[in-house]
Amino acid sequence: MIETILQPWPWYVAGPLIGLMVPALLLFDSKRFGISSSLRHICAATIPSNASYFKYDWKQRGGWNLLFALGMIGGGTLAATVLGDASADIALAPATIADLQNLGIQDFSGLVPDDVFSWSALTTLPGFLSLVVGGFLVGFGARYANGCTSGHGITGLASFQMSSLVAVIGFFIGGLIMTYFILPLIF
Amino acid sequence: MEPTRFNLDPKRVTGYLVLGILFGLVLVKSEVVSWFRIQEMFRFDSFHMYGVLGSGVAVAAISLEIVRRLNPVTATGQKVEIETRAWQGPGVRYIAGGTIFGLGWALLGACPGPIYALIGTGISAMVVALLAAIAGAWAYGSLQQRLPH
Repeated sequence: MIETILQPWPWYVAGPLIGLMVPALLLFDSKRFGISSSLRHICAATIPSNASYFKYDWKQRGGWNLLFALGMIGGGTLAATVLGDASADIALAPATIADLQNLGIQDFSGLVPDDVFSWSALTTLPGFLSLVVGGFLVGFGARYANGCTSGHGITGLASFQMSSLVAVIGFFIGGLIMTYFILPLIF
Repeated sequence: MEPTRFNLDPKRVTGYLVLGILFGLVLVKSEVVSWFRIQEMFRFDSFHMYGVLGSGVAVAAISLEIVRRLNPVTATGQKVEIETRAWQGPGVRYIAGGTIFGLGWALLGACPGPIYALIGTGISAMVVALLAAIAGAWAYGSLQQRLPH
């Protein structure tokens, strides 16, 4: 049992557990599962702005979401320490490994390539673009679309919302353009 | 506008923290926080990410239907209210925002949830991505009136 938990979890265990976050948050306190609104709450809480988008009671509306995000950091720590090893190799498809080697990725250990996602890599073009521009686009796009992978991809699709289906199609249009046309120019 | 105080009811605080911990744990243990897995997904080389998202949506949809039928009371003692989000405006925001998000998702290899979870795993440079994402949200809020929705 412990051995199984320490190993990476297969999709048919992880997917249903993620899906259960939706009823868990509803049954706990009528909250709608979604993460990216935490970015808006952090802005409302910390950055002075005249924009009406940030003029609301963030403590009352967003307090739960910020606690949830804080918990996620703790969950990450738990997964990388007592319940697993974040530096282990991921069983990636050989085709992906070949493609990424062609892009110039050399380090395949751990969850992310250290040659891109480290403080020292921030001064390189791939590192800067990935962390700073990638992060910016994720935050901007999630708020423009009114949701991210959790709010649209899980909650919205599970509620049969057309807006979420359109947003998820957008996620893939953007992702495929980046993967096939822009990443080869950056790396 | 004067913000009200946090609702620091210990039961709520504990509940949200515990649910967040569980979610962060699942995201890392299933490797969906991995830049490599996101690349594998966009290259259609593995079923893993589609399995996670697909079974997640299926379980969430069935759960929502059960919750609707049972009409239960929350752990905090109120009737469960399911917030629905109606389509807003012409819908440009969904396709345009979604595409911008997708560009970032494939570049950073993480969406907002995984950013938090990855910081927890000790990849401290992801703090830069979090700050950039916050800046992105701020930029959207500041430009909102001028963007097509």
